[in-house]
Amino acid sequence: MASITIDNLAKSYGTYSVLQGVNLEIKDGEFIVLVGPSGCGKSTLLRMIAGLEEVTSGEIRIDASRVNERHPKDRDIAMVFQSYALYPHMSVARNMSYSMRLRKASKEKIEAAIAGAASKLGLEPYLERRPKALSGGQRQRVAMGRAIVRQPKAFLFDEPLSNLDARLREQMRAEIKKMHGDLKATSIYVTHDQIEAMTLADRIVAMHGGLVQQVGSPLELYDRPANLFVAGFIGSPGMNFFEGTRHSDGVRLADGTLLKVQLPPGADDEQGITVGIRPEHVELSAEGVGATVDLVEPTGFGIILHLSLNGVDLKVFTSDRAFLTPGQQVSVSFPTHHLHFFDAGGNRILR
Amino acid sequence: MRRSILPVFAHRLAILCYIVFALFPLFWLLKVSLTPNDLLYSEGVRMWPSRTTFEHYAFVLQHSAFPVFFKNSVIVSGSTAIAVTIIASLSGYALSRFTFRTKYWIVGLMLLTQMFPLVMLVAPIFKILTPLGLTNSLTGLVVVYTAFNVPFATFLMQSFFDGIPKDLEKAAMIDGATRFIAFRQIILPLTLPGIAATLGFVFTAAWSELLFALMLINGNNAATFPVGLLTFVSKFSVDFGQMMAAGVMALIPAALFFLLIQRYLVQGLTAGAVKG
Ligand SMILES: Nc1ncnc2c1ncn2[C@@H]1O[C@H](COP(=O)(O)OP(=O)(O)OP(=O)(O)O)[C@@H](O)[C@H]1O
Ligand SMILES: [Mg+2]
Repeated sequence: MASITIDNLAKSYGTYSVLQGVNLEIKDGEFIVLVGPSGCGKSTLLRMIAGLEEVTSGEIRIDASRVNERHPKDRDIAMVFQSYALYPHMSVARNMSYSMRLRKASKEKIEAAIAGAASKLGLEPYLERRPKALSGGQRQRVAMGRAIVRQPKAFLFDEPLSNLDARLREQMRAEIKKMHGDLKATSIYVTHDQIEAMTLADRIVAMHGGLVQQVGSPLELYDRPANLFVAGFIGSPGMNFFEGTRHSDGVRLADGTLLKVQLPPGADDEQGITVGIRPEHVELSAEGVGATVDLVEPTGFGIILHLSLNGVDLKVFTSDRAFLTPGQQVSVSFPTHHLHFFDAGGNRILR
Repeated sequence: MRRSILPVFAHRLAILCYIVFALFPLFWLLKVSLTPNDLLYSEGVRMWPSRTTFEHYAFVLQHSAFPVFFKNSVIVSGSTAIAVTIIASLSGYALSRFTFRTKYWIVGLMLLTQMFPLVMLVAPIFKILTPLGLTNSLTGLVVVYTAFNVPFATFLMQSFFDGIPKDLEKAAMIDGATRFIAFRQIILPLTLPGIAATLGFVFTAAWSELLFALMLINGNNAATFPVGLLTFVSKFSVDFGQMMAAGVMALIPAALFFLLIQRYLVQGLTAGAVKG
């Protein structure tokens, strides 16, 4: 196992800059999840760590030694691809043992490793099959098996579950978590799935525009997003935002309402401010502001209400199964301790 | 559901027509090669002679230089096919996987070489090969054929490599392979259909090439089989029976060759199933 340090790492293709100065310290045994919108450079970062993509500037260190120029085969890192990238002309067993055969491991060692991985992943019945005779979930397991047989310094996962259906994804997610508990291997995991990110990560790295926006535990990102991007990206359904201006004793929203809150002094009056609240923190109460129901989305677990509040869209999540129909009037209130405030530059205002 | 018999029938008929059309010259070749000389002109146009004979075959094998031509052709076509396929696999892989500054120009140049009528090149090539001692030699022919076939074969191989996901060799490199080992152990086995197609294409092209074989070779020792066929044309007559018998025998290696690689060719047509 190993620690990985990423120091001011940048990558550009010609004049197009994908990553511009990424810094990250990954501790030995940590499970890091990378999230961010499509095209923000998550896969690029992962490939650079694996050695598949050249570094434009900056440094990658594995266990404190610089690996920028090291060939992928000498980095001792395993990777699970979104496409699985199984070798079509090799049986499952040979797929999994390819790395060990390249390293000329002894026959007994290889067999023990295959047997171990196969039993861990439930692949015993398929060892002699070719990948094309396997289902998507089984192929995914083989890809995992290929990574774990060799006990590498670190694992890289690039959206490994995105081709699976919801049920299987849930199951594999639990297995990955269990596996990480067993192996305690340093892992970097890219995903688009909010739940995967929240459940698997020791720390989440939120990326946007080629920069790391925030690094922290899942709940840290959820409860105290560092900026507007993270606030809007983490959580589903996403956070509600209202534009307003700073006022001597609170925030005046665009529609004229005055929110009475204590904000740290210092910034000038009349400065633009964004107020955010998560859909599940909005309360449907007897007294409050009147809003019209636009749309009702039952999820089984609860209901997502799309409301219109003085012409502003507002999403509310409630586990209350109150029978509501579009057009109906409800009143909502915003508990002030659940409000998030962001300054004109989009950064969180600490309270 | 009852399906009408008519479309099926029309479909089969169309295929049959095509097969007859494609194979008729071969049938005629065979027919003439088995017709005794005295019947060839006396019987008129018939689908099958009233009497057949193997005397042309016996004559060609025993009294002509045909076995030498045959051996030369096998050597030249086989070497060309192998050399071209090796070069084209490497260059096709490079074109498919790497970006480099001169790529655009190299591709352009290779396309350019395909635009000239070969006749234009005979004289310069002769001039180049003479001081090198490569005229009148099989090596010379192999060199020339290889040069002519590499560009097209490169594009052919490139299209096969393009069909193989890049993630496969990346996975192999992460597993501990160098790029070359990943190429040899992972990519090449998956390209076997492409290799078979390239081998077959180049082999047949070299097997039937006449122009350069005629111009660069004189004398029977280094003549290939298409040139050899011309020896059956004498000043005053053409010995059709012997010529056709030689032709039939010349078909055998090409047919065998395709029989050998046909398994991979068929695989090539269903290559989608290979993707992991
Ligand atoms: N070879 C390349 N040449 C030029 N641009 C590239 C190349 N590879 C990737 N890019 C660009 O780099 C950016 C980042 O790509 P990357 O694959 O890392 O995104 P990602 O965050 O993994 O997105 P996704 O979530 O969709 O997988 C994209 O805008 C992409 O267009
Ligand atoms: Mg990606």
